Amino acid sequence: MIDVKHLTKAFGDHVVLKDITDHIYPGEKVVVIGPSGSGKSTFLRCLNLLETPTAGTITFKGTDITDPKSDINKYRQKMGMVFQHFNLFPHMTIMKNLTLAPMKLLKKSKAEAEEKAMELLGRVGLADRAGSYPNQLSGGQKQRVAIVRALCMEPEVMLFDEPTSALDPEMVGEVLDVMKQLAQEGMTMVVVTHEMGFAKEVGDRVLFMEDGIIMEQNTPTEFFDHPQTERAQNFLAKVL
Amino acid sequence: MDIAGLYETLSALPAAELSGWQSFFLKFYRAWFANSRWTQYFEGLLATIEVTVIALAIGVVLGVLVAIVRTAYAQRRPGTHNPVLAVIDFIFKIYVTVIRGTPMMVQLLIMGFVIFSSSRNFTFVGALTLGINSGAYVSEIIRGGLMSLDPGQAEAGRSLGLNYIQTMWHIVIPQAFKTILPSLGNEFIVLLKDTSLISVIGGKEVVYFAQAIVSRTYEAMFPYIITAIMYLIMVMAFSYLQSILERRLRASDRR
Repeated sequence: MIDVKHLTKAFGDHVVLKDITDHIYPGEKVVVIGPSGSGKSTFLRCLNLLETPTAGTITFKGTDITDPKSDINKYRQKMGMVFQHFNLFPHMTIMKNLTLAPMKLLKKSKAEAEEKAMELLGRVGLADRAGSYPNQLSGGQKQRVAIVRALCMEPEVMLFDEPTSALDPEMVGEVLDVMKQLAQEGMTMVVVTHEMGFAKEVGDRVLFMEDGIIMEQNTPTEFFDHPQTERAQNFLAKVL
Repeated sequence: MDIAGLYETLSALPAAELSGWQSFFLKFYRAWFANSRWTQYFEGLLATIEVTVIALAIGVVLGVLVAIVRTAYAQRRPGTHNPVLAVIDFIFKIYVTVIRGTPMMVQLLIMGFVIFSSSRNFTFVGALTLGINSGAYVSEIIRGGLMSLDPGQAEAGRSLGLNYIQTMWHIVIPQAFKTILPSLGNEFIVLLKDTSLISVIGGKEVVYFAQAIVSRTYEAMFPYIITAIMYLIMVMAFSYLQSILERRLRASDRR
């Protein structure tokens, strides 16, 4: 579904991603882990071109989206993204947060967009907060709303950039539950996370990134039980 | 006895025989009532408001334009190069530097006596100069507001598929507006008060009329104090309106 070829990203002289090649298949749940500064967030942000790759190509369903002639806005609609810091729009109610993009881009009527939003809000247990402003919600609630906001665009793949890192520990579970539910429904997911339990339970494939490269990749069971590289062994020894 | 009659009586007396209150009254009468002079203050006041509105319109349009171009250039995607945008950005940068680096008074003198020396419409030249001046400050205020917003907000908009303009319009500008409103209000107050400077190139506004009355009555105190009160009332009224607007915009900050 997403084909990454020779992806390189540099900020000035600082090379963050070094010649990464990977393929994400439809329905696959890819979990990206690694120490901070390893380039895992940058890798994720390159997939929907929030960061412009320095070199290499990213192909989404057969279209090279790194080609300047391709309309990236069209492809971003199909790639939902969830951020570490939620990035809800604080000046709009939850309902407006959820319906803005569907109304502007999918040309849905207000009623259609709100119906869809209410259905999804209900599924994450927040139907009663539709009229609230983001600042009135807890971190876990904000992140669930942010997931719903992405889902309202009916994406084909969901990108998660450390979705639970900014949450109080007691709120991590409620967000992971929503993500697990999404995984069970067959959504294609790329998740950058430090939640090893989630990686084991939900992931089809673990990418271990270090120093701008994918140092190791395997099924979660294999990776966590028999890490191949010394770096991965060290990392797991510290986080598990 | 009515006020006019009292004035007639008192002004007939020799100045040495007047009590303090009586001479105070005479001065005020000459500065305000005599020859219906009070209408001149209001004529000046209207002109001041007119100049302010023209200058404000020019300043806001210019400021928004400069701010958007300069922000777009500063936040362009790394690695892309747009020569037209670069040139315009450079010109705008010079504009802001020159305007902010020279006194308002000097700008007025140059515009009035050098660039538009053949124009007789001093008031409009003054309004234009003020507008150009204000635009530079407004652009910096707006640019600061746009750049200070968490980049995550724009990223969230773009990640949903909204284009640059939609993201700016629905997400960035409404939030930036709330943060820049106090500084923008401040700039507006400065602009309103700076209109008094256009009298140096012959622009007609409230100070111009006050000066004319002073030169007729040889009495400076009342015309200038009346002028000061007029500015004060205008600024206080504006500040009140601004605080109402700010309170409304804070609706989403409720917790």
